[in-house]
This record gives sequence, structure tokens and C-alpha cells, in this order.
Amino acid sequence: MTQMPGTIKAAAMTDTKISARNVQVYYGDTHAIKDVNIEIGARAVTAFIGPSGCGKSTFLRCLNRMNDTIDICRVEGSIDLDGEDIYDSRVDPVQLRAKVGMVFQKPNPFPKSIYDNIAYGPRIHGLVRKKADLDEIVASSLQKAGLWNEVKDRLDGPGTGLSGGQQQRLCIARAIAVSPEVILMDEPCSALDPIATAKVEELIDELRENFTIVIVTHSMQQAARVSQRTAFFHMGNLVEIGDTQDIFTNPVDKRTQDYITGRFG
Amino acid sequence: MTDATLSSAASAAPVTERKSKSLLEADSHTRRRNAAETRFRFYGIGAVLIGLFFLVALLWAILSNGLSAFTQTSIPIDLPLDKAAIESAEKSIVKTSKYNAMIGAALEKKLADAHIETSMSEKDLMKILSSGAASTVRDFVLANPDKYGTTVPFQLLASSRVDGYLKGRVTRAALANDKNLDAAHLDIVDAMMKAGIIAKTFNWNFVFGADASDSRPEQAGIGVSMLGSLYMMLVVLVLSLPIGVAASIYLEEFAPKNRWTDIIEVNIANLAAVPSIVFGILGLAAFIQFAHLPQSAPIVGGLVLTLMTLPTIIISTRAALKAVPPSIRSAALGIGASKMQSVFHHVLPLAMPGILTGTIIGLAQALGETAPLLLIGMVGFIASNYPDGVADGFFSPNSAMPAQIYEWAKRADPAFYERAWGGIIILLVVLMSMNILAILLRRKFERRW
Repeated sequence: MTQMPGTIKAAAMTDTKISARNVQVYYGDTHAIKDVNIEIGARAVTAFIGPSGCGKSTFLRCLNRMNDTIDICRVEGSIDLDGEDIYDSRVDPVQLRAKVGMVFQKPNPFPKSIYDNIAYGPRIHGLVRKKADLDEIVASSLQKAGLWNEVKDRLDGPGTGLSGGQQQRLCIARAIAVSPEVILMDEPCSALDPIATAKVEELIDELRENFTIVIVTHSMQQAARVSQRTAFFHMGNLVEIGDTQDIFTNPVDKRTQDYITGRFG
Repeated sequence: MTDATLSSAASAAPVTERKSKSLLEADSHTRRRNAAETRFRFYGIGAVLIGLFFLVALLWAILSNGLSAFTQTSIPIDLPLDKAAIESAEKSIVKTSKYNAMIGAALEKKLADAHIETSMSEKDLMKILSSGAASTVRDFVLANPDKYGTTVPFQLLASSRVDGYLKGRVTRAALANDKNLDAAHLDIVDAMMKAGIIAKTFNWNFVFGADASDSRPEQAGIGVSMLGSLYMMLVVLVLSLPIGVAASIYLEEFAPKNRWTDIIEVNIANLAAVPSIVFGILGLAAFIQFAHLPQSAPIVGGLVLTLMTLPTIIISTRAALKAVPPSIRSAALGIGASKMQSVFHHVLPLAMPGILTGTIIGLAQALGETAPLLLIGMVGFIASNYPDGVADGFFSPNSAMPAQIYEWAKRADPAFYERAWGGIIILLVVLMSMNILAILLRRKFERRW
């Protein structure tokens, strides 16, 4: 039943980057994600919305196997990235996460300099040989994240010394420094003030040109502003997915309608 | 919902009742509450004051008893090293007695020069000097054959009774039953003091010297056992830091959380509470009786203390690792760092101050530990020689600072008692420097945010 809306709207997408089939997630005995099927389009922003505890973050963390770090978590079904099952036993999650980057709810820069924050990823993945190349990556990542002008004079300063919004953009810059194909964002603006939020949203819109972005958000306005497609989760089910405009103006499911009109959640 | 309505209904009555009272004066309930708070504050201050009192009492006791160990009475004597006399002394069976005669003659001459008259025999007079004086002279003579025929100035130690008299520990009345010294000697000492030919000087030998036998407390020093402690601490540091940190990292970051790791965790916590003497007997059985490592050697002491220190280090390291925010780990994993990279690049540096503090606390605990050393024979051995090198330092018998202090406190002569307190001062100074080092290291690593 939940599959239907997704498959219908899939026709509207240009090409599919991630496709999940029959995904089940269990935390111990709790069935957290129930039979989710979803197609996520390339070079577009897909927003996951839904009430707290509906499983949207859990599902997001399945996409780069961050759930592997939780002992009691078990994932079933298949999630394909460019046609390859990321839960295949031959896949090294570390390699996957270089392809599928993540930005977290709370800005979490490393307690190192701004430069080292960005340079860390390219260094561990061996993307650069020379210091000049690394400088280049750091500069371009910060430029893409719209942070370059604010920090170019204090690259040696601590990343933790930036404001909350700057820290979050630093984290986004850190994520794109390893040139991922997909960026997952788990409520990236929930700890930010409206001005910082606006900047990050603007940034997300720009990043869409080069990256596939999946964003979990509590704010329906934010989903409406930044995303092209929106998926609504409820109680571990994917209730509905479609073009953002359709979801907000013409939802198919009653639950979606109730949620976006503020009747619950 | 229903709970909320119920409680608001229940509290409605007292609220309206209280409303009528003035805010300017406290009601009886508030007064009682404030009184309890004030009382509690006084309990707290009282507890702190009691603690301070005992600390001051302890420091006072240690300093007043121990500081005197840092000075020692000695008598400067110019000794002519007559070649013939030395050769005949070396040929005799009891060599030091001949040297004693030489020193006695020099002492008599010294007294005569200072116009101090005495009817005492030379042998009796020698009781003023340490019984180790002859061997001090002989050691010098053997080491410096080129000095034959010259007159060499020696600073010869006074006997412990004379030293005690100068420090106020020995009184004339106490000497009545003492065979080592008579009141008549003290008259001479008084006269010598007046003439300025006997003096208390800073006792470097106590800090750097070796222990001496029961009859020569004036020669005993803590230096060699300090070296013993140092070698033990090296063993403890080199073994327990890597093993402890590796074990903690594995348990905290990598190990699955299951029944086995739970059992391991409980056992580590229990090991931290095991009495140290148990580790001592384990060391005796495992390292000496089974592995046949040498008795009384710092290597064995270090191994035993490593066993004892490991739980402390593991527990504090795990606490330090736990305190690192999980967001740092997910940040590293999120950009594709492996588990090990996230731990070694990010978590470990942040946990470093805590790990170092735990390690140094563990080392300090080990440094002051005496009980396990009892069982492996590091107590009771008289550490009278410096080790001949690094290997010898680890493998040849030695003592350790607390063991040396215990040994001195055990001996009969009150002069040793003074040294036990003095040894405690040195031990405390070493511990304090270790703690300062811990603080400095902590600061240094914390500055790297």
C-alpha cells in the first residue's frame, strides 16, 4: 500500500540515485521502519518529514549505514546506490560513507583548526598528494559552503570558535570536501537561528546542482522551501512520497493531510 | 491529563490560603527550610575544617619529626695519610681498627689544638665519631693512592648519639643506660661546639646515599632505594600505560556489549579493589617461584605493581573515553573515517588529559605501595650499593622508598625513626612533583582543544 504513491510519482523523476526496497529496521524487538520502498532522484533535494519518532532519521541513517554502529540495530531489505546494494556483504561501510556524506543535527566540528576540519576527510581518503592540492580542496569546499569569506583569514583558528550557523556550514564543507555523491542531512538547522537557517537553506539549494541531497526536517516550511520531493513518514511507515508541491497542496493520504495542516505531530 | 487536573485541584486549596500571607515575612515552613539549609552549610564547613585540621596536624608531625633528618653532624678532621701506617693497616686482619687508631690520634690532636682537655682514652674518644668513620677513610685511601703522604681534610660523621644531642633528641639523662656514649662525651661535644669544630650541615647523603646497617644510622640515606623506586616506576609505566590504554580502547570502542564484556568489566572493577598484598603473593608465585625472576629486584616489583595499577588506569581511561562526546565519533564516521581512525585521530587526543591524569594517579599509588613489596623481598634488603648500570638497576636486588621507610621505622635506634619521617618527606615531595607533572601535562594537552 505504501509502495503505491512512490511508484506513481517515480515517473516524475529524472534518474534514480538511491532506491530502497522492502526496508525493515529493528532496534532489538522494536520494529522501527516497516517495509519502506523509496526512490531518491539524483541531483535533487528530497525531504523526509513526519512527527517525532516516525523513523525518518533512522531511515536516513540506513542510507550510509550509520546504523551499523548501533549494536542492536538490524536492517533488512535492500538499498541500492547506483544499482549496487549497499548492504551487500562485500561493501565496506567506510568506503560507502565517503560516497554518502552526512551532516548532523548538532554542528559537530572536530576540536581542531578550521583548515584541519576540512582537510581531514581528503587526508584519510588519500585524495591529495601535495599540500597545494589540499589547500585547493579546503578553499573550494569552504567556497561551496559559502563560508570562505568569513573564515579565510582564520583558517588556523579553532572550528569550535565559530558561531552555530558557521559551524554547521563548516560541517557541510567538511562533508563535501571528500566529494561525495550524496549528502544526508539530519535536521541540519534544528540548532540554528532563523538567519543561520536561511543561509544553510540557500546553501542546500546551491549544492543541489552537484549533489544528491536527502534532508530530514521537522519544519514543513523548510521542506517546502528547499526540496523538490518530499516523503512523509508516520509510525515507521513511508506514507506518501511525491513532488513537494503536490504533497503540500494535494496530499493523497489522510494522514499526510492531517500532518501538514497541523492536526498532529 | 487527568493527573494534571487532579493535582491542580488538590493544590488549589492551600494556594488560596497562602495568598493572603505577606511576602515580606517568611512563613514557618520557609523558616524551617532555611534553618535546615543553614545547618547543612555549617556541617559542610565543619567537615572541611576537621579535614584541614588533620592535614595541618599531619604536615606538622611529618615536618617536625622529619626535617632534622636533612641535617647531619660532622667533625672536620685533618688526617695525615702516612704510607707506612696504611700499608701495615692493609696487612692486618681487622683493617678498620688500624684506621680507627689513625683517626683517633688525629681527633686527639684536634681536641688538643682546640685546648679541650680530656682524660678519655683514644678508643673511648672514638665513640664521638660514627663507627663508619674508619671505612669512610679506608675507601678514600684505596680510591686515591696518589694522596699517600699528604694530609687530607675529612668531614667525618659524628655518631648518631652525638647527632641526636645536637638535635635535642638525646639528653644527658637518657645516656645513663646507654653503652654507646657517656655524659662525659657530651662535655667534650659541648666544648667542641664552643670551639666551632663540630657542626650540623645539610645532609646530602640522606637524599642521595645508600642505607646503612643498624649500628650506623648516621650514614643511612634513601638515594639507592629512590633509584629502586624509579626503576620500578619505569617498568610500571612502560607496561601499564600501553596495556591499560589498549585494553580500555578495545573495551570501550570496539568490543561488542555482551555477557562476556560485562563479566570482564565487573572483574576489572573488582580487581581495582583487591588488597595490594594479594597482588604481592601473586607476584611471588608467578614471577619468582614460577618464572624464576630474581628476588627483591625492581623488575619483579614493577611487574607486581603493574598488575595493581592496570585496573586503575583502565577504569580512568574508560571514563575519559566515555566523556568524549559521541558527536565527534559520528562526525568522523560520517565523512568516511574507519572506526580506528575515528578513535585514534579524534577520540584519543580528546581523552588524553584524562588518561594521563589516571596514569599518573595510578603511578603515584604504585610508588607509595609497600605491602606487595614485602612479599617479593624488597623489604629487609639493605640497599647499600648503587646498581652498576641500567640492567643491574632492573635485575639486582634493591629496595623502594616506602619499603625503606618501613624498614627504618622498624629499627630500634631512634635515629632511624627520624630518618623514616625524613624519608616520608622525600616520598611526599616526589609524589607532589608527579602530581604537578600531571597538571602540567593536562594543561598542555587541553590547550590543543
